[in-house]
Amino acid sequence: MVHPISVSELTKQIKSALSSPEFQSVAVEGEISNFVHHRSGHMYFSLKDPQSRIKAVMFRGRNQRLNFVPKNGDTLVAVGSIGVYEPNGEYQLYVDLLLPKGVGALHLAYEQLKEKLELEGLFDPSRKRALPALPHRVGVITSPSGAALRDILHVLTRRHPGVRVLVFPSLVQGEEAPDSLIDALTKAQHTDVDVIIMGRGGGSFEELSAFNDERLARAIAQSSIPVVSACGHETDFTIADFVADLRAPTPSAAAELVVPMQEELISGIASLQARMARSLERRIQAERRYINQLSQSPVLQRPEHHLRQRRQRLDELWTGLSRYLRHGVIPKRAQLKNAVGKLEALSPLGTLARGYAICQNAEGEIVLQAEKVATGDVVHVTLHKGSLSCIVEGRHT
Amino acid sequence: MNELKFEEALARLEEIVRSLEQGEAALDEALFLFEEGVKLARFCNTKLDEAEAKIEIMLEDGKIETLEVNEK
Repeated sequence: MVHPISVSELTKQIKSALSSPEFQSVAVEGEISNFVHHRSGHMYFSLKDPQSRIKAVMFRGRNQRLNFVPKNGDTLVAVGSIGVYEPNGEYQLYVDLLLPKGVGALHLAYEQLKEKLELEGLFDPSRKRALPALPHRVGVITSPSGAALRDILHVLTRRHPGVRVLVFPSLVQGEEAPDSLIDALTKAQHTDVDVIIMGRGGGSFEELSAFNDERLARAIAQSSIPVVSACGHETDFTIADFVADLRAPTPSAAAELVVPMQEELISGIASLQARMARSLERRIQAERRYINQLSQSPVLQRPEHHLRQRRQRLDELWTGLSRYLRHGVIPKRAQLKNAVGKLEALSPLGTLARGYAICQNAEGEIVLQAEKVATGDVVHVTLHKGSLSCIVEGRHT
Repeated sequence: MNELKFEEALARLEEIVRSLEQGEAALDEALFLFEEGVKLARFCNTKLDEAEAKIEIMLEDGKIETLEVNEK
């Protein structure tokens, strides 16, 4: 008898068995049924054929990139992985991509790689580098015998007669093409080219497949020099196009994007020069106007007028001052003299001059009554001029 | 000014034009800027006028050779 295990333990073991690589990357073709686009944004459906059916889920983050809405009855190819939904013990297909039926293996690989690199952020606009305004030297990676090279060189030299170009010959088709392109890109890193055009003329999806190589995509992303991709025609998008700093629809268009029209640049610089001269001229005119305005000020314009004004003011002040002297100072002086006269009349010195004397005892007190002194006391008598020390010989009260 | 890159010169020239147009600088500074701008414009024009096209190819062994272009 086998020792029993728990349901969750069994489920865990099944889940682990299903996580082997063969179930982690599957592409399966079938008819859609029970399709539900849930409010959460996730899509739930089944894929079936006459004998079998498998549950499938495509999460919002994945199905947002779909450029069509799947519906019941559609036969499609689903690409994704098998997983176990533990609560129900169900296995289901977690769908990364939905593609139309009958899609070829190359195309399938292309879609898968595109999805993968996009999720990695390799196509982010923020990763794109700006091209130089006027490249020092243009690197061209393409087949030396192709029409693409001829077109590129023709456009480059037409737009800028002084352009410098360094061509890195490369295979652009076939099994060895990706390695050859990567090798050329690596060589270019060690030269002084400051922009690279990488491309070829148009071709079938198979012929362009070198430009859908994952290693090439990563090499382009890692290039320290901006890369302009130029594969095929308007409608063909390769992985290289997505990862390049700029995508040109054709090799000629790439050349146009890389090198500016020489005449346009020259006229652009001329216009900058003209703007500079104009604004400086305007500035000088403005300064001159200001100086004129200053020199028109009355002070500078008629200095004698200004002087006259000052003189007049001086006269006014002088008049004021003499009026003050006349009406203020002179009468005050008379008043002062009068006051001094009165003061003198009150002074004891005046009284002394008229023959009176002041008698003081030894303490300096003025003696007004005879009884305040005794016979024999010394008193001081102040006269108009000088003083006397006297001994009292008698009193008369 | 020889090590200057074309786009650096162009960017500086554009900056000078903006600054002059906004009249931020004192007059004598503006005159210096103008002088610098004239030099930059001359430098840019020289770069544009430079020589003839030089088209080269890197060979297998890393040697660089001039590529003959047969224009049709």
